[in-house]
Amino acid sequence: MALLDVENLGLSFAGLQVIKELSFSVDEGSIASLIGPNGAGKTSVFNCLTGFYKPNSGEILFNGRPITRKRPYKITRRGMARTFQNLRLFKSMSVLENVMSGMHCRTRSGPLGAILRTGSQRREEAEIKEFCEFCLDFVGILGEKDRTASNLPYGHQRRVEWARALATKPKLLLLDEPAAGLNFDEKQQLIELIKRIREELKITILLIEHDMGLVMKVSEMITVIDYGQKIAQGSAEEVQNNPRVIEAYLGREEDEVV
Amino acid sequence: MARIDSAAPKTGDVAGTGGPLRWLDSQKNRLIVLTVLAFLAMFLPLISSNYVLEVMTTAWFYVMLCLGLNIVVGYAGLLDLGYAAFFAVGAYTTGILTSHFGVNFWLTIPAAVLFSICAGVIIGGPTLRLRSDYLAIVTLGFGEIVRIIARNLEITGGASGLIGIEKPSIFGFELNQIFHFYYVFLILACLACFVSYRLQHSRLGRAWQYVREDEDAAEAMGIDRVAVKLYAYVIGAIFGGVAGCFFAAKMTAISPETFMFQQSVLILLGVVLGGMGKIPGVIVGAFALVLFPEVFRDLGSSRILVFAIVMLVIMLYRPKGIWPEKKS
Repeated sequence: MALLDVENLGLSFAGLQVIKELSFSVDEGSIASLIGPNGAGKTSVFNCLTGFYKPNSGEILFNGRPITRKRPYKITRRGMARTFQNLRLFKSMSVLENVMSGMHCRTRSGPLGAILRTGSQRREEAEIKEFCEFCLDFVGILGEKDRTASNLPYGHQRRVEWARALATKPKLLLLDEPAAGLNFDEKQQLIELIKRIREELKITILLIEHDMGLVMKVSEMITVIDYGQKIAQGSAEEVQNNPRVIEAYLGREEDEVV
Repeated sequence: MARIDSAAPKTGDVAGTGGPLRWLDSQKNRLIVLTVLAFLAMFLPLISSNYVLEVMTTAWFYVMLCLGLNIVVGYAGLLDLGYAAFFAVGAYTTGILTSHFGVNFWLTIPAAVLFSICAGVIIGGPTLRLRSDYLAIVTLGFGEIVRIIARNLEITGGASGLIGIEKPSIFGFELNQIFHFYYVFLILACLACFVSYRLQHSRLGRAWQYVREDEDAAEAMGIDRVAVKLYAYVIGAIFGGVAGCFFAAKMTAISPETFMFQQSVLILLGVVLGGMGKIPGVIVGAFALVLFPEVFRDLGSSRILVFAIVMLVIMLYRPKGIWPEKKS
C-alpha cells in the first residue's frame, strides 16, 4: 500500500513552472529516492510535501489522507519528518535540546504544568529525555548530547538532524541530500543507518541525493525528474539504463560548460 | 543616598567584569551571593529611609515588568514596542473596578489577568504571523491605541485619569506605608523570577527558543509557531497586567501619561541593557534603569544625557547586555 501518493503536482513561481504534473508514490516500508540534475526541482518537491511551499495544483495523499497545502507543523504531526539540505540546527542549543524539539509535537504539557511542575509534566520531561537519548544513541552520537550543536564537526551535525527528525516519531522520513559533505566512511555509515532506520524503526524513507552510488545501493524505487517533470521511474538498474536519464544528466553537463 | 550607593554596585559589581562572573560559576559562591542579596532585600526597610525604599520599590516593579517583556522579547524573540499597553490594561482594570464599582482590590487581579489575556490575544492573534520588524510596528501602534482610548473614554477618567483608587488590605490590615509596598513588589518580583525560570526550563520555554533561532526548522519539527508566540505574548501580558494592578493600588491615581511610548521603550531598554533571555541579566537591567537616574540626581537636568551616554557605552562594549545568556 502506498504511504505517500503524489498526484499531478504542479508548482510555479511568478510564471516559472518549477514542478509539472508530477506523480509518484512511496510504498510503506520501502526506501525510495528522488533524483535529478541540479535545479530539477527536487527540493521544491520536498517543500511541497512538507507544506513549506503551497503547490498550485495536484494532490498529496499521506497515509490515505490529503495533506496538500496544510501548514508544515500539521504535516509533521501526521508523521512526516524531514531534514534540510543545508543544516538547519538550533545552533546555540545543546545537541540534546535540538533533538528534544522533535518530541514537541508528541507531548502536550503547557505553561501551567511548567510553572507548577506537576507530576505529569515531570513524567513527560523524563519521557522526552529518554526517547531523545535513544534517538541520539541510534544515530551514534549519544556521547555528544551536552555539547553546543554548532561546535560539532559537520558529519555529527548531520546526525543531530537525523536524530531530531527521528524524535518526531515519523512514519515517513524525508532526507534532503543526506550525504552532502560527508566523506567516504561517513557515507558507508549513512547507508547502514538508512537501512537500520527502516528495519529497526519501521520507518519508510524517501531521499533526494546526488551521490548515485549511494542511491543505487539503498533505494528500491527511484523516481527521476528533470525540469520538474518525471522522466523515469523504476529500480536502480532500470533507471541507470534509461536513455532519457542518461541524456538528462549528460545534457546538463554540456549546459554547464556553456 | 548613601544606602543606594551601597545597594546599587552590589548588583552592578557582580555583572561588571568577566572575572567576578566566572567566580559565580561555582554553585556554592552563587548561593552565598544570593543569600546575601536576599537578606539585603529583606531587611532593607529596617535600615533605609523612605526615599531609598521608594526607589527600590520602583526597581522591583520594573523587575517584574522587564521579566514580563523578557518572555516576549528575550525568550520568544519578538520585538514588542507597546508593552506599556498591557501594564495599562492591568492598572485601568483595577482603577475602574475599585473606584467605579467598589470591587475589592484582590478581586480585580483575576479580572486584570483575564483582560490582559484578551488584550494579548487581540493584538497577537492577527499579527503574530508577521515577521519581527512588521510586528514591532504593529505593537507600537497598539500601545498608542490603548493609551489614546484611555485618554478619551469617560470610564477611564479621560486625560486626567483616575484618582482615589482604594489601597488594598489583607485581613483588615491596610497596605498604606511605603515599606508595605516595598514587600509587595519584592514578592511580585520574586514570583516573576520563579515563573520565568520554570517557563524557560520547560517544553514551552524550549519551543520559544526553537522559534527564535529558526522558525522554519521549528515548524518542520512540528511546532506551531503562531501558537507558541501567542503563548509568549499572553504570558508577557499577564505579567504586565498584574504589575499594573499593584501599580494602580500603590499610586492610588493613574493617568494616560504613565503609559506613553516612552514607558514601553524604557521597559524594553531594561531587558536589552541587562541581557535578553537571562533572568539575572534582566534584573540587573531593571535596576540599572531605575537606580541610574537616582544615583546621578546631583547632575541635575543633564543626568538623562549622562544616562544615555552610559547606555551607549554599555551597548558598544557589551552588545548582548550587561549579563548576557551564556553561549558555550
